[in-house]
Amino acid sequence: MTQLENMNPDPLTRDSVLLNTVDNVVNLTRANSVWPLTFGLACCAIEMMAAGACKYDLARFGSETFRATPRQADLMIVAGTVTHKMAPRVKRLYDQMPEPKFVIAMGGCVIRGGPYVKYGYHVVKGVDLVIPVDVYVPGCPPRPEALLEGIFKIQKLMMRERITDRERLSTKPKMYQPT
Amino acid sequence: MNRVGEFHVHKNVRKRFVVMINAGDLRTEEMLLNMGPQHPSTHGVFRVVIRTDGEMILETESHIGYLHRCFEKISENVNYMQVVPYTDRMDYLCAMINNLGYAEAVEKLMELEVPERAKYIRIIACELNRIASHLLAFGVYGLDLGAITPFLHAFRDREKILKIFEKLCGQRLNYTYIRVGGVSFDMTEEILQDIQDFLDYFEPDVLDEFNRLLSYNGIFISRTANVGIIPEEMAINYGLTGPSLRGSGVKRDLRKDEPYCIYDRFDFEVPVGDGEQGTVGDCWSRYIVRVKEMYESAQIIRQAMRDIPGGAFIDKKASNKVKPPKGEVYHKVEGARGELGYHVISDGTDVPYRVKARAPSFCNISILDAMASDANMMLADIVAVIGSFDIVMGEVDR
Repeated sequence: MTQLENMNPDPLTRDSVLLNTVDNVVNLTRANSVWPLTFGLACCAIEMMAAGACKYDLARFGSETFRATPRQADLMIVAGTVTHKMAPRVKRLYDQMPEPKFVIAMGGCVIRGGPYVKYGYHVVKGVDLVIPVDVYVPGCPPRPEALLEGIFKIQKLMMRERITDRERLSTKPKMYQPT
Repeated sequence: MNRVGEFHVHKNVRKRFVVMINAGDLRTEEMLLNMGPQHPSTHGVFRVVIRTDGEMILETESHIGYLHRCFEKISENVNYMQVVPYTDRMDYLCAMINNLGYAEAVEKLMELEVPERAKYIRIIACELNRIASHLLAFGVYGLDLGAITPFLHAFRDREKILKIFEKLCGQRLNYTYIRVGGVSFDMTEEILQDIQDFLDYFEPDVLDEFNRLLSYNGIFISRTANVGIIPEEMAINYGLTGPSLRGSGVKRDLRKDEPYCIYDRFDFEVPVGDGEQGTVGDCWSRYIVRVKEMYESAQIIRQAMRDIPGGAFIDKKASNKVKPPKGEVYHKVEGARGELGYHVISDGTDVPYRVKARAPSFCNISILDAMASDANMMLADIVAVIGSFDIVMGEVDR
């Protein structure tokens, strides 16, 4: 398991024994069973499947349960080219996910259009124009290890969640700050 | 028929009531069901709108275009060598064969003869990739029908092939390995030894293991045999190619019928569906053709590795300056999913005037709507049918 420590940035509640304990328990359980949404779009989805299969074994980190419905998922891995036709569906799926929800943008196409950015008329130049993204995993396609690293970063983000201000966290843009 | 129901008269008062319904009043209602674009067993972002009557499918309507790749327009803007990476990203499961089709088309246009060693390396790389692609098709087909274990077994072996490819060209999926004039890196003795080790491991036991795991599993057979039958005539009319066509009993394989590259030098069989379980042309036939093809590919690789000559692996001079003369060419190769054709038109500059790709998945999936309205398919069968075509959406939409 990765090192998951409480990264509560709020000085008011950081020293509260009770709240911290509750936060820690909730966050540890959440971060160690991240349920990603089965959302393969293109080549990156094959690497996502490879990450879930035996050699890279995402199950070691509690994320092997790929959910087919957004209502049961808390992590969306946008894996593959997002076209203009697909973008409204991506937004809709994101909206259907329950809070707290996290997004990994996997692969060059999702981050900034990838190889299609110059001449392609079809690609959304960055899925972050459509939905907020927490972690970017570059590559074309990224190796499964890179995706694992992305999920670790999501786990670290999850450790910063606090039960006292769930709403505030969900409405502000979430940016990952390396520690 | 008596039906007991409940309804709310007031929010706090419940009354029981009995409604008498005559059998003549019973009616069914049609329902529109939307499958995809986000669905675990549509192999990507394929959308089918299904009109159902209960469990039976009356009609389907396919929607594609969610993964448009812009291949043809981009090819008009970049030069001949820069098109190669975009061919990878069409059919990302057998990128080598996509590279080969394009490279051979341009070579045909330039009347370029590639070095002998490069031809053998191409054959080995393509057939290895065909095995990797069929392994994924095998694993994912099991996954679609509710069997998770075959998926893990298939990926275990697929990773071994990907490791070889990584050693060969540094990529796991989109290789850009086969280029105009040859291949980008040499296949060293070490890699040849790795391939030999893989074949020795794969061929004798693993295919047998797959057959025991999935092919002759009772549940799998009842889900796939006699489901989604495509008669020979219908398959030809709709332009099916590859394992989907051979599953219907048509013995057509471009490697055998119209040999390209150096396929005429190898001895291999073309497996066709023979109705061993169920009928010829059902989902099981299409599936078993792929499993048998993996064995045949292994045979081709063994022969190619035995005969591989020394020498250069790329015609450096030709590949540095790809500028075909004015003209046009159509070249087709046998991809893992069927006949993959490239129509390249040159106007004499170093940028193609037009490149059109004939994608096998696109033609194969076009039969789905006709099948669904003809055959008495159940709702669960459509997953088996889509999976048996082994479509790749990147190729369908291009």
